[in-house]
Amino acid sequence: MAKVAKPSAESAATGTSRRWAMVVDLDRCTGCQACVVACHAENNIPIVGEEQAGYGRWMHWIIIQRYWEGEYPNVKARFMPVMCQQCTQAPCEPVCPVFATYHSPEGLNAQIYNRCIGTRYCGNACPYKVRTFNWFRPEFPEPLPEQLNPDVSVRSRGIIEKCTFCVQRIRRAELDAAATGLTLADGEIQPACVQTCPPSALFFGDLNDPDSRVSQLARSHRSFRLLEDLGTGPAVIYLKGGETNV
Amino acid sequence: MSEAPADRPLEFEERVLLAKRTDAEINQAVLQPMLRTSPRFWVLVGLLGAIVAWGLYAWSYLVTWGIGTTGKNRPVYWTLFITTFVFWVGISHAGTMISAVLRLLKADWRRPITRGAEAMTAFALMMAGLYPLIHLGRVWKFYWMIPYPNNRFMWPNFQSPLMWDLVAIFTYLIGSTLYLYLALIPDMAMARDHTDGWRYRLYRVLGLGWRGTQGEWHKLHRALGIFSVVIIPVFLSVHSIVSWDFAVTIQPRWHSTIFAPYFVVGAIYSGLAALATILVIVRSGMRLQEFLRAEHFNALGRLVMIAGMAWTYFWFAGFLVEWYGNEPVTRELIQQEVAGSLAPLFYLQMAANLLPIALLALRRVRTTPGLLLASTLLVNVGMYTERLLIVIGSLQRNYLPFNWGTYRPTWVELSIVAMTFAGFALLYTLFSRIVPYVPVWEMKEGRLRYSLRRIGRLLVPTAAEIE
Repeated sequence: MAKVAKPSAESAATGTSRRWAMVVDLDRCTGCQACVVACHAENNIPIVGEEQAGYGRWMHWIIIQRYWEGEYPNVKARFMPVMCQQCTQAPCEPVCPVFATYHSPEGLNAQIYNRCIGTRYCGNACPYKVRTFNWFRPEFPEPLPEQLNPDVSVRSRGIIEKCTFCVQRIRRAELDAAATGLTLADGEIQPACVQTCPPSALFFGDLNDPDSRVSQLARSHRSFRLLEDLGTGPAVIYLKGGETNV
Repeated sequence: MSEAPADRPLEFEERVLLAKRTDAEINQAVLQPMLRTSPRFWVLVGLLGAIVAWGLYAWSYLVTWGIGTTGKNRPVYWTLFITTFVFWVGISHAGTMISAVLRLLKADWRRPITRGAEAMTAFALMMAGLYPLIHLGRVWKFYWMIPYPNNRFMWPNFQSPLMWDLVAIFTYLIGSTLYLYLALIPDMAMARDHTDGWRYRLYRVLGLGWRGTQGEWHKLHRALGIFSVVIIPVFLSVHSIVSWDFAVTIQPRWHSTIFAPYFVVGAIYSGLAALATILVIVRSGMRLQEFLRAEHFNALGRLVMIAGMAWTYFWFAGFLVEWYGNEPVTRELIQQEVAGSLAPLFYLQMAANLLPIALLALRRVRTTPGLLLASTLLVNVGMYTERLLIVIGSLQRNYLPFNWGTYRPTWVELSIVAMTFAGFALLYTLFSRIVPYVPVWEMKEGRLRYSLRRIGRLLVPTAAEIE
């Protein structure tokens, strides 16, 4: 795999010059879960309850994976936020029989809820297991309906959903920029998780802009992509932990 | 059933015995069990019907409340439904194997069992075809997978193996049903001529006005010949495609190039074993001892044994490479199978698949209905377990250990699985009372081969070379 996901070929074919990407600095992540809460609020993600979550049915679009390192008593907790990796060669895309998952011109791996019939094939094909399924009719007990985001559809049961890089925020910023004739500045678009992260472990931007923050961070010697050898070409770039704080 | 000495072919005498029967006697021997139904039969039908009704209730419960009523979770997105789907598609393979392949090879012992095998194919496929619907999150939108011009201006994604599945299974279902029906036409005409009342009206329609002229026989043989050849690639493709549902993903233990032939061989193994199981049961249930004899069970048992050996070879070839490759996740999965939480299933799979091969090597097991029943049932226990391990076992592990999971089945899933087993048995039972279970015309045709010829003072059993 190329070190950087293949943006040039993609943008040449689609006429767009953007490749949205996220950088996760594992050294900064404290595992506080603020991003998870922000994501739930922004994207109308239902809460499934303790029992269902214990059975592996939680629906977080971003999950803080926790790994223990070392033997007791010298153990360290390692946190790794994992969201949809927005793969360049996404294994979930070709397997869907009804085109509910597809590749957007900006390289985003989009999920079209209304097309999904719930074969869950994409969930099996995804090596990161970031696709979540609506096992029951989603419930938003009072007063949660008051804070549902009008920019995001509330999904029905029986369909797959996943992280979109907050595509509604990307679209709004792009439309505003087009209307005002201004160009989008780097860092102007922030997904909910990036905006919320207290220690600023998350960065979002255009990988095709060599001067953007994510491009600079992606060139770091600490950068790696999750399960890179599978050849999925993720757009999420991790910065290896264990160097600056332990 | 008496045991035959190895050097003296008992089968031959049995064949000559059948050769002495008149056509009318054979007609009656086949038709009588259809017309006489004992109270036991209706008890069986009632029982199976009750299980099916319960399963339908479970399905409606599933549709009403959501897939969450099953034991599925993340990462185990496919469970008993897909397992049983693969199982039924596997069962459906023996029908074609028996009728088409053996018809082309002119294996004479196939004659009395072809119809039972073809019916098994059709009904098993119907049961298999339910699962892709049942397991959908939104089953009421299933028609979005069907390619037709629609107001969504969308075709389905032909890159998806699920679409290949849909096409392959429909093709196979249509092909095998036509194949079953073609060979049925002369017998429908025979039944029409020997029945009255509603049966007569039914058979008159199904018999398509068959009169048995030379031209009709010629066309029937031509059509069967074409079907036998054409359906073989279809039957090979169906289970290959089912295997590609798994093999095209990068899920460890699924991503394997040997899956297609491995699945086909496994399907033949389980399908032939299921056919033997069914034949033993139907034989005693319908008193068809005269037609389904030791020679048939002997030959079928041998085929099961050979298919079992081939399965073992393919399983080993796949397992060895995965084990030797020692990829971290594959290693974890093999560890789970050999010594972890999947170990009971793994050893059940190996024992139930390998033991029958040894048992069926014995002629006594092959020709004793009770022993044959036990060993072929064991084969299908083993093959079902194999599919459990592949579908559910593999999905419990993946590349990121945080995403590992476990699966527990629920009553909804178990009821729906039981529904298809009962539904298959119900369809088969009713079928055997409506359609002559033994293909009478094929029997009569085969009977012509064997006769006693007088050469001087000697009576010599002879066999003729006919198709």
